[in-house]
Amino acid sequence: MKEVINPPAVNIEEGEYHINMGPQHPSTHGVLRLVLSLQGETVKSLQPHCGYIHRGIEKMCEKDTYPQIIHLTDRMDYLSAHINNHAVCLLVENALEVDVPERVKYIRTILDELTRIASHQLWWCSFGMDMGGQTCYFYGLRDREKILDIFEESFGSRLLHSYYTPGGLMMDIHPNFQKRTKDFIKYFRKKIKDYDYILTGNIIMQERTKGIGYISKEDVISYGVTGPTGRGSGFSCDVRKHHPYAAYDKVDFREALETAGDTFARYMVRMHEMRESLKIIEQLIDNIPAGDFSAKMKAVIKLPAGEYYQRVEAARGEYGVYVVSDGNKSPYRMKFRSPNFSNLSALDHMSRGYKIADLIAIGGSLDYVIPDIDR
Amino acid sequence: MSFSIYDFTAFNQAIDKALFDNCSPFWATVWELTIIGLVFLIAYALMGLFLVYAERKVCAFIQNRVGPNRVGPYGFFQTIADFIKLMLKELITIKNADKVLFNIAPFIVIIVNFMAIAAIPFAKGLHAIDFDIGILYVVAVSSLSVVGVLLAGWSSNSKFSLIGAMRSGAQIVSYELSVSLSLITMIILAGTMQFSAIVEGQADGWFIFKGHIPAIIAFVVYLIASTAEINRGPFDLAEAESELTAGFHTEYSGIKFAFFYLSEFMNMFIVASIAATLFLGGWMPFHIGGWTGFNNVMDFIPPIVWYIGKTFFLIWVIMLFKWTFPRLRIDQLLTLEWKYLLPINLVNILIMAFIVLMGWHF
Amino acid sequence: MDKAALKERILGLVPEAEFQENKQFPMFVIPPDKMHALAVRLKEDTDLSFDYLFCLSGVDMLKYFEVVYHMESTTLQHQLVLKVRTADRENAAVDTVCDIWRTAELHEREVYDLLGVKFNSHPDLRRFFLEENWKGHPLRKDYVDEVNIVEL
Repeated sequence: MKEVINPPAVNIEEGEYHINMGPQHPSTHGVLRLVLSLQGETVKSLQPHCGYIHRGIEKMCEKDTYPQIIHLTDRMDYLSAHINNHAVCLLVENALEVDVPERVKYIRTILDELTRIASHQLWWCSFGMDMGGQTCYFYGLRDREKILDIFEESFGSRLLHSYYTPGGLMMDIHPNFQKRTKDFIKYFRKKIKDYDYILTGNIIMQERTKGIGYISKEDVISYGVTGPTGRGSGFSCDVRKHHPYAAYDKVDFREALETAGDTFARYMVRMHEMRESLKIIEQLIDNIPAGDFSAKMKAVIKLPAGEYYQRVEAARGEYGVYVVSDGNKSPYRMKFRSPNFSNLSALDHMSRGYKIADLIAIGGSLDYVIPDIDR
Repeated sequence: MSFSIYDFTAFNQAIDKALFDNCSPFWATVWELTIIGLVFLIAYALMGLFLVYAERKVCAFIQNRVGPNRVGPYGFFQTIADFIKLMLKELITIKNADKVLFNIAPFIVIIVNFMAIAAIPFAKGLHAIDFDIGILYVVAVSSLSVVGVLLAGWSSNSKFSLIGAMRSGAQIVSYELSVSLSLITMIILAGTMQFSAIVEGQADGWFIFKGHIPAIIAFVVYLIASTAEINRGPFDLAEAESELTAGFHTEYSGIKFAFFYLSEFMNMFIVASIAATLFLGGWMPFHIGGWTGFNNVMDFIPPIVWYIGKTFFLIWVIMLFKWTFPRLRIDQLLTLEWKYLLPINLVNILIMAFIVLMGWHF
Repeated sequence: MDKAALKERILGLVPEAEFQENKQFPMFVIPPDKMHALAVRLKEDTDLSFDYLFCLSGVDMLKYFEVVYHMESTTLQHQLVLKVRTADRENAAVDTVCDIWRTAELHEREVYDLLGVKFNSHPDLRRFFLEENWKGHPLRKDYVDEVNIVEL
């Protein structure tokens, strides 16, 4: 496979050289190739080359039925797997105007928030590790294991469960689920203070993240950067607040916003989000209404002809599903608006003029998951 | 042959006499050098193996895990297994690399280590070379390691290695200043550069207590600067795994990589030894001037145990640094040295000189 | 602005626009040559201020291609969907909007890569996921690839 390395329109000035942060690199978490144009230690520009994990999911969706598509959405942003499933389920339910039971909405919200916390824990531990504090990796994973243990007991697998189906859930939750989740909330509230001691308050970490990777609010909106990355620059884009779905209109939580626009602001937004997620789960976990775990759906799901769009708040930003349906059991065209795709497009803008070491910190604060970009 | 664990001088002289009595002076010298070389080689290898194991256990302890525990009792032989693996690995030859320099670089760092260790007193009488400019010699010789690092990065013919070597070169050269200046502070207190005289001079109290304020400042500065000097801890961006894969030794494999790895741990040992000798008394037990009874109790523990204990304590502290803090960026590192540590050092020297003149030390 | 007022405004700006019924967002089909000018007005006018383009997709409609723009205003909280139809499959070219919304740069590269729709005046139109020398555009309905695609 001969590849043409073709960075466009680059002027080779005195002392400028190209370096390949190739697809195998310890800190581009995933297979992403960045062609950096450097002058000394300073980054002049950056070209991402993606496609190493392009699996043609959108093409596969044109042949699969809607319940089968749920399994494919798991594997895009696999750290927010539940939330991706939620988007497709909501799209089908809204298109067919099906009323899902309240129980389903509550459970889906709780699972979404647990997934968000697990995703942010993994972000925190790899952020610390990229900056050199390798101990953070083990502390974050140790706490994430508690969530994965809850998942394993309730749903049978740790990461990609495909638990939601159009109409409701695949089966009811395990009897231990509520108690274990409540224990986890108590446990994690204490641990998150540890996270602040280890990393947030560390002077080295603050020196390496304050003022680094600045992006203004106008640029963030123009690049379509959403999620904690966008909220770090003051862009209020939380889909849970602006277009509430599931049980989000019944809970009271704050949208984490910072205005500094640098890496430290994005870091603080995610730390706030973890705490807000704990609050949301706390408000819902004791009040799950009794009822069915699924609405009655036809055996074969066919969406009426037309166009539909559904947005949810994944751990990394606004995740959207756009379906063009012609009345069959598979969509005519299914497009996934992936948050990491837009976030990556801003990486070049954010890292110009900073050093290679800063690029690692900026990439860590963007928290991209490559399979979501490549689909 | 009189062998006393408290004083090796008699033992060494007996061996010396035996050799010179039985062979011509030339061959006796050759035999002596060979024996000393072999002893150091074996001690170096064993110490290196043990330190690698200790690092993994300390790291695991901080990270809430167990560390190696399968190969041997408590994983004690893990390093030997790793070493055998590294010896059996293929030595990859790099296309277009400068073969001579590429092969020499690991040896340079090892040779520099040996030269530095030779001058350090391990116990009373267990001292290979006793220059009267001992500290100057050690500082001069350990600055040669930057040559090995730069050669490794340059001859690898890879951009990542070159960046790593450049960063490392700048870092080592800058921090040498702070290391030397903090050592000079203690030389002012000791009044001599000879290692054995420095240790003898701490017979009534370690320098860190005798010199109180400026000695403690010098100790802290020395710890920071020497951690930076050996590319460890929060200053390890020359080999930052998450940024440049492995920095200047990315392209090395097998036994050559083992040399770099080993020399990093032995550098840590050397730096901790020098700190233990100059600040904490070397092999001198913990004495408080005037309390003869207490001193006699302290003398009961052999000097070599004191020396090993102090060195390992400092090594443990240096290991803790690495696993707790994130990494500094190159410009922050250089700012730390030139804008903070260097002025502190200079002022500290003045304070210490003043204190010594006025006799305000213990 | 509610849907009816938005419909009036858009039809006022581009009388040839074709309104399509949809439960969620107001949808308009815009002729390709009017798209760029309309996009500029949509961003700049203070009562419209569509500054956030959240989805840019391409759809293969067998006889032509459709490029679909989903946009939102962060200040006025209204949404809009615009569609542009290319003339036919062979000459599939539309004007780029990446000078208005920076996010379109990579999205348009993706549409070009997978569907083959060219974007005029795009600063760097090359394939994004597939290699430079890949033949064909996989998301097209008539794409056949015995090696990489398994038909069940």
